[in-house]
Amino acid sequence: MSKKTSGVNRNFFHFQRKYLAFPYAVFLILFVIIPILIIVFYAFTAEEIRPDGSIVTVFPRVESFVNFFSNWSKINVLFVSIFIALQTTLLCLLIGYPLAYFLADKKVNKNAVLVTLFVAPMWINFVLRTGATRDLLTWMNINGGNAPYLATLIGMVQNYLPFVILPLYTTMLKLDKSQIEAAADLGANPVQVFFKSILPQSVPGIVSACTMTFMPTMSSYVISDTLSEGKITLFGNYINLEFSNKAWNDGSFMALIMLAIIGISMLLTSNTGEKEESRGAGLW
Amino acid sequence: MVKKIFGQIYIWLILLLMYLPVLVLIAFSFTEATNVGEWSGFTFDLYPALFQDDAIMRALGNTILVAFISALVATLLGTLGAVGTFYSKKRTKKLIEGTTQISIVNAEIVIAFSLTVMFVFLGTYVFKDYIFSFWTLLIGHVVLALPFVYTSVKPKLQQMDPSMYEAALDLGAKPSTALTKVVLPEILPGILSGFLLSITLSLDDFIITAFTRGSGLLSGAGKIETLSTLVQAKIKKGPIPVEMRALTTIIFLLVVTGVIVISIYRNKKENAAKVRKGRVNA
Repeated sequence: MSKKTSGVNRNFFHFQRKYLAFPYAVFLILFVIIPILIIVFYAFTAEEIRPDGSIVTVFPRVESFVNFFSNWSKINVLFVSIFIALQTTLLCLLIGYPLAYFLADKKVNKNAVLVTLFVAPMWINFVLRTGATRDLLTWMNINGGNAPYLATLIGMVQNYLPFVILPLYTTMLKLDKSQIEAAADLGANPVQVFFKSILPQSVPGIVSACTMTFMPTMSSYVISDTLSEGKITLFGNYINLEFSNKAWNDGSFMALIMLAIIGISMLLTSNTGEKEESRGAGLW
Repeated sequence: MVKKIFGQIYIWLILLLMYLPVLVLIAFSFTEATNVGEWSGFTFDLYPALFQDDAIMRALGNTILVAFISALVATLLGTLGAVGTFYSKKRTKKLIEGTTQISIVNAEIVIAFSLTVMFVFLGTYVFKDYIFSFWTLLIGHVVLALPFVYTSVKPKLQQMDPSMYEAALDLGAKPSTALTKVVLPEILPGILSGFLLSITLSLDDFIITAFTRGSGLLSGAGKIETLSTLVQAKIKKGPIPVEMRALTTIIFLLVVTGVIVISIYRNKKENAAKVRKGRVNA
């Protein structure tokens, strides 16, 4: 008898617990899914002026598509953004990888506070930090006037380094020490140990570090705007420009391209993860 | 030994480079010259001047208000969402997790632009009015923080012993009591870190604020000015305003205090864990 009632109770409650997610789901649909659908819609519509002077929105139209692909400067900006984002990611990895390795090595660093210190700049306002970097670089005579590209790159690396350090540090902590020691004991030189044991083990950290820097670098426009004094235009700058011009259709199309790039990079990274797994399986 | 010395030099060098712009700004907060690099005598005057600057104080107030309100909303929604999804059927779970993942990987500018286009759409066709206000800004910040609250709470639910809840029910607790007295304490650390993360994201945000803000809060009829938008407007025209150097010092000191508090808390926790381990071994 008691078993039965508790069963009924549980079923009834199970129903309720599940529905705690209802407001969350509704919020996601309203403010994540629908906005994306709306930019898809806007990307393929155009505003048309009727003979009587009223403006109507027409769907489907390919004006934004044509505007984008017939405009060399826009395509150029896309490639420059990808290039700068790649460079920033690479530089951040080159600086951040050894750093994370040393931070995670108990022989070098016993102090966990240091890791927090490396992430702490994120708590100082981002725009203020960018401004500080600009003012310092101006003092050092690296400014938008004489070296816009270098200044932008320095600002980017400065800002996104914490995003690289954190995931790399987490994977470095999980490195299989006995495997590394075994490799050394079995006669591998330090270079071989690095390429055959440490590097393959840290691939997941590298992948997540890349995704955490690449996309924000492409879409952030404050850093390039401030540090290059408006001389370097990234994809984010262009979307912002469409926003200020209230060119919703063209802007939506560019946001859509951005989304597509995000999707592609997600697909690529999930493939890397799978390859890693199958490679591991192949070993055995 | 060589590795140790080299490693430590490397760590401290990068740390210094990362903080250098902020440290330089702090050093020049004790002089009134307009440009960083010029020194016109030592003074504390910038600090009182900071607190008398209405624009900065208003922006600071707005920033803190938006951060707290959006973090509260995001934490409430996100926690409920994580708990509810945890007990949902597989398909619903997959859908909700997928959408959460989308908003995590989405670029900030795409979130900002898509929300703005939607608000413009709603303003033109549904409300027939300009709808950008504090509420649109709040929605923007909640969208930014929400998935991170979800992902902080979810692992705590997975670590939780599922039989605890059942035991509470069997011992006669009402489901609501079991949730608040058994499940809630277990996931509280996750909720807290989600809340702190939401505040951080909101304080640091510029793009979403710039796109979705309207009038309201301390800015009254003007567009809501937060610290990010105010600083951005100023640095577009010239160097960081002198009073803001003083503000940087204060923020920096707060951050350092935060780091110290965190490390003390962590040490305490580790020591407690060691003591517990020792007892088990004994």
